[in-house]
Amino acid sequence: MTTTASQTAGPYWHIIDHPEWADLRRGENAAMAGTSITLTGQITDGDGTPCGDAMVEIWQAGPDGAYEAGFHGFGRCASDDQGRFRFTTLKPGPVPGPGNSLQAPHITLAVFARGLMNHVTTRAYFAAEPLNEADPILALVPEARRPTMLARETAPGVWTLDIRLQGADETVFLDI
Amino acid sequence: MTEFPRPAPGTWPPMNSPAYGSTRKRHALHPPIAIPHTLSETSAPRFTPSAYPAYADMSVHEGQAAMGERIIVGGRVLDEDGRPVRGAMLEIWQANAAGRYHHMRDQHDAPLDPHFAGSARVFSDDEGHWQITTIKPGAYPWGNHAKAWRPVHIHFGLHGQGFAQRMITQMYFPGDPLLPLDPVFMATPDAAARERLIAKFDLDYAVENWALGYRFDIVLRGRNATPMEDHK
Ligand SMILES: [Fe+2]
Repeated sequence: MTTTASQTAGPYWHIIDHPEWADLRRGENAAMAGTSITLTGQITDGDGTPCGDAMVEIWQAGPDGAYEAGFHGFGRCASDDQGRFRFTTLKPGPVPGPGNSLQAPHITLAVFARGLMNHVTTRAYFAAEPLNEADPILALVPEARRPTMLARETAPGVWTLDIRLQGADETVFLDI
Repeated sequence: MTEFPRPAPGTWPPMNSPAYGSTRKRHALHPPIAIPHTLSETSAPRFTPSAYPAYADMSVHEGQAAMGERIIVGGRVLDEDGRPVRGAMLEIWQANAAGRYHHMRDQHDAPLDPHFAGSARVFSDDEGHWQITTIKPGAYPWGNHAKAWRPVHIHFGLHGQGFAQRMITQMYFPGDPLLPLDPVFMATPDAAARERLIAKFDLDYAVENWALGYRFDIVLRGRNATPMEDHK
């Protein structure tokens, strides 16, 4: 069978928005130990205009590096008028990679919006994390473009990753 | 072990679809970088009914019936081998019968319906089946070009068994004269792939003296790569 085609989320997806989903420390996650972080950034288009109608989803492992083994690693955030999104979560641990490799801590981001026929996917890695050097996925990205996947600690515990959909310094998107 | 192959060429709309104006400044110029699937792509969020309660009926809001033609829409979520995708979460949203979204930014001069909020959340069962009750939405203008009106549609977001299966699509209705004029629908090059976005009128979903029915089956990426092998 052939997969059903993706279609744009359009500008009115907020009907299914639940702003509290941007806080991954909610619910049963509240009791989990780990390093609290904020992941934030601005989404802009090919003109540098902020995208104020995007839906950003994140998917991550828990502090132990495991998916859905205690820590519920899903979040969603609407971009604001300035194109900004903001999640609060716990920093993920390293995740097993292909073969015997280890993936550096990372958070998968998916962006859906008006004008995006399919969502775009990227990863936020943590700048200056020693494991980044040996990460098997980052290794597939040309070195000059890797910084678009490296969140920077712009204030204590606040990690910033801007997403440029098109043009100069275009974010590296992954075909997953 | 399930693999998540990329969609066949032509069966998904290109990111750069200039007839749909909003794609022009939002599509990436670099091709995406293909990566092998790791746990980050093959695992998926677990949406527990306690944290993500299902609500399957959009036709009634705060105890009052919405205006318009009540319909039942249902179908199955399947993978590319035709096997049911169990426990998929479907997030569904749409305009009301007059073609107006219950949304601050929707300025279309059509009435809001205080008894229609326009969203549902359901989960596929062990056979992949899901079903909602709703109101047939109306077409609405969207300013993409002269006299541009979206064909009648319902938005569907799906969360499957791997993050690589995550997708959002739109379901259309059979016989809609706006379909061949719609740059979003027409952006998918393959005619058969477009056809699969159109629900089938289906009396099996209809309820006597209550509602007509439509069927919309959704196929997510996913193939059984090693059917005989036990990885545990
Ligand atoms: Fe719509």
